[in-house]
Amino acid sequence: MLLDLRGLTKAYPGVVANDDVSFSVGAGRIHALLGENGAGKSTLVKMIYGLVRPDAGAMQFDGADYAPASPHEARRRGVAMVFQHFSLFEALDVAENVALGMEDPPKPRQLARRIREVSEAYGLPLDPARRVGTLSAGERQRVEIIRCLLQDPKLLIMDEPTSVLTPQEVDILFRTLRQLAAEGTAILYISHKLEEIRTLCDGATILRLGKVVADCTPSERSARELAELMVGETLQVPQRQPREGGAVALELRNLSLTPRSPFGTALKEISLTLKEGEILGIGGVAGNGQDELLAALSGEAPTSPAAVQLKGAPVGQLGPDARRRRGLLTAPEERLGHAAAPDMSLTENALLTAMVRERLERRGFLRWGAAKGFAEQVIDRFDVRTPGPGVAARALSGGNLQKFVIGREILQRPEVLVVNQPTWGVDASAAAAIRQALLDLADNGTAVICISQDLDELLEISDRFAALNEGRLSAPRLAQGLTVDEIGLMMGGAHDMEAVHDAGAIHAG
Amino acid sequence: MIRLEKRPQPSAAWSYVTPVLAVLATMVAGGLMFAALGKDPVVAIRTIFWDPIFGEFAFYYRGQLLVKAAPLVLIALGLSLGFRAGIWNIGAEGQYIMGAVCGAAVGLAFYPADLWIVFPLMVIAGALGGVAWAMIPAILKTKFNTNEILVSLLLVYVAEEILASMAQGLLRNPEGSGFPGSRNLSRYDAAANNELIVGSGMHWGVVTALIAVIAAYVLLNRHRVGFHIRLTGQAPRAARFAGVRPDALVIFCFGIAGALAGLAGLFEVAGPAGQISIDFNVGYGFTAIIVAFLGRLHPVGILLAGLLMALTYIGGEAAQSTLGLPAAAIQAFQGMLLFFLLAVDVLTDYRIGLGRRGVA
Repeated sequence: MLLDLRGLTKAYPGVVANDDVSFSVGAGRIHALLGENGAGKSTLVKMIYGLVRPDAGAMQFDGADYAPASPHEARRRGVAMVFQHFSLFEALDVAENVALGMEDPPKPRQLARRIREVSEAYGLPLDPARRVGTLSAGERQRVEIIRCLLQDPKLLIMDEPTSVLTPQEVDILFRTLRQLAAEGTAILYISHKLEEIRTLCDGATILRLGKVVADCTPSERSARELAELMVGETLQVPQRQPREGGAVALELRNLSLTPRSPFGTALKEISLTLKEGEILGIGGVAGNGQDELLAALSGEAPTSPAAVQLKGAPVGQLGPDARRRRGLLTAPEERLGHAAAPDMSLTENALLTAMVRERLERRGFLRWGAAKGFAEQVIDRFDVRTPGPGVAARALSGGNLQKFVIGREILQRPEVLVVNQPTWGVDASAAAAIRQALLDLADNGTAVICISQDLDELLEISDRFAALNEGRLSAPRLAQGLTVDEIGLMMGGAHDMEAVHDAGAIHAG
Repeated sequence: MIRLEKRPQPSAAWSYVTPVLAVLATMVAGGLMFAALGKDPVVAIRTIFWDPIFGEFAFYYRGQLLVKAAPLVLIALGLSLGFRAGIWNIGAEGQYIMGAVCGAAVGLAFYPADLWIVFPLMVIAGALGGVAWAMIPAILKTKFNTNEILVSLLLVYVAEEILASMAQGLLRNPEGSGFPGSRNLSRYDAAANNELIVGSGMHWGVVTALIAVIAAYVLLNRHRVGFHIRLTGQAPRAARFAGVRPDALVIFCFGIAGALAGLAGLFEVAGPAGQISIDFNVGYGFTAIIVAFLGRLHPVGILLAGLLMALTYIGGEAAQSTLGLPAAAIQAFQGMLLFFLLAVDVLTDYRIGLGRRGVA
């Protein structure tokens, strides 16, 4: 066995992140580490990568004892890791970024040549001279992977690598990973996407609340079985009733927007109509205009009046509060710092968006009692686990804060609700509750736009589906009957990389 | 090994304890400094902190305390609103000067008419003078995204030049036989800001400061604008999402700070100082920055901090004259106060952990 973990335990104040975790990964195997958010996957890989030291237990790597004191030591022993959040400098080019992450980088010209060699050998096309700020999320991930591959790792750890990729890019990545495994590299693959793991991985270890609950061969289990092992209970799948749309609630007409930051995405002539009681799912790879679209709809980024029409009235020039008054509510992706103020109490965070519609102010003066009452109502109705409305938002777990943020908008009885990544980083049961709440809202006549990168989620709740690609919105199509391939093409395919991969394969063969 | 651990929530208790801790640390470090200067540290500290309130001449010093504290509190209150929202007005000294110049100019224009309206008009002119001076950095920031710290700070020096030119030119006392400086407003009854109760130190500036404390408290805790100010300071993106217009907030915060600083200047020039002179300003606008932070940007805290800072001024002057301490030592002592406050501030957000617990 290449990597062998025996009884790893790590406790933080108040929580045991890993409790007696044991498993092993053989050379050339692709092993999945499966679990919900908070199950202890990250802590476990941080211990393997030398970022965190275990309280108890032992590791063996490549036939010798292994207790890395730092990532530096881990890399020296042959362990490499691609993080979920990239650590790249946007203003530097690809080769410079790669050099920054290497133990002893070769000379620039040599490095550029090696980057080209490796990228061709593994079907990951990448120009070493490109500025990282101009790369797509998928291309940025390639930079991270190539940086790892240049070190000839024996074990490659990948943390949620597909969350930023189109289905076609996922295919390319999987081919690369299989090729690496065939050459003898072990891969530890962290994910909560079950279908992926079933198609890619040879073995899987499932974690729940820090403990190993099962070791299995994923291809022999159904996705539902895996999910129930992961969650530890029978899953409630939201029920969708076929709906007939009512009158037009929201219309976008050639909405264009120049982003405020240089690395933002411009929105280009987005048009759509949304009817009462309808859910429109908007997919797309991260960074293709999702944040900008939400800002244009929330009123944070005003546009020409006619570009955004609410029930036939132009509202594009209005700010957030004026739009809320008319019934257009939004919930941004970033919970801490955007949808909620981290250091403020839940009562204050209730004021943040509900001041107008819930009448939490009178002639400019705040009604603290009413605000507290509204916060308590959200906490109660959406099962937010917290001691009370006086708690600071940052003290809540991600899932609980998300329930609060979504619940805060839903309880204001919106006419149109726009949510961005409503279940990102939320555990499966909370995610199901949020989706159900969106469906219920639509049943009561609210028009809903759900922007998400989770295709399963979108297909589960949407009536129609559209995709954002480089700031353009594809024409919405009925969600029922859409195949993953069709969706992938709407999302922009693999940015014309397919041919290169095939050519590389022929070349290698 | 000592480590800092982030608290899950900012500690409310520590936010009250840290200013006290900072004052105590300042006394210890200041005492050491005074000892190094060859003075008895206990006597020096007592002269600064105790004698002005409870000593032999306290009847005089207590009034002085209000006279010194009022402008500090007024200015610091205005600054604290902006500081809470992340808007850094460093130029209150200039707004204070311009308030004094504009207010005094109105008063002098009416001289020697004995009308009740003169003083109210001066108050309005003082506030507007401060606002006008504050609008320069505010509008430059909103229109051209300039750095308000630099612009407001540099305008202080411009204001000082205007003050000097006014004292020597336009506002010079025509009966002053050519000496720089204006007529003495405190001897012009319609324009004077004299003590309301003789010997108490209580003048209109003190009354205004107390009203401002209450108003600022209500604004921050009960009003939408105060909520938006706090929200902008803590999470600017969330504030924008909540519907706050950042530009309007910049204008509002600079406007309030300018008005209060201008009022402070007017009350000073019409009362304790009495006249526009070249060295009219004594740094209240800068000291108020310390007061604002010492008071944790909280209105009641600022009131207490203003009194404390006034005490170090008065006690410091007493220590200079009775103990022969150099003026620079007193300034260093005041600087220590801010230094220690910022240093212990970290304890509200972090706790000190002892020993090793894992490698984080």
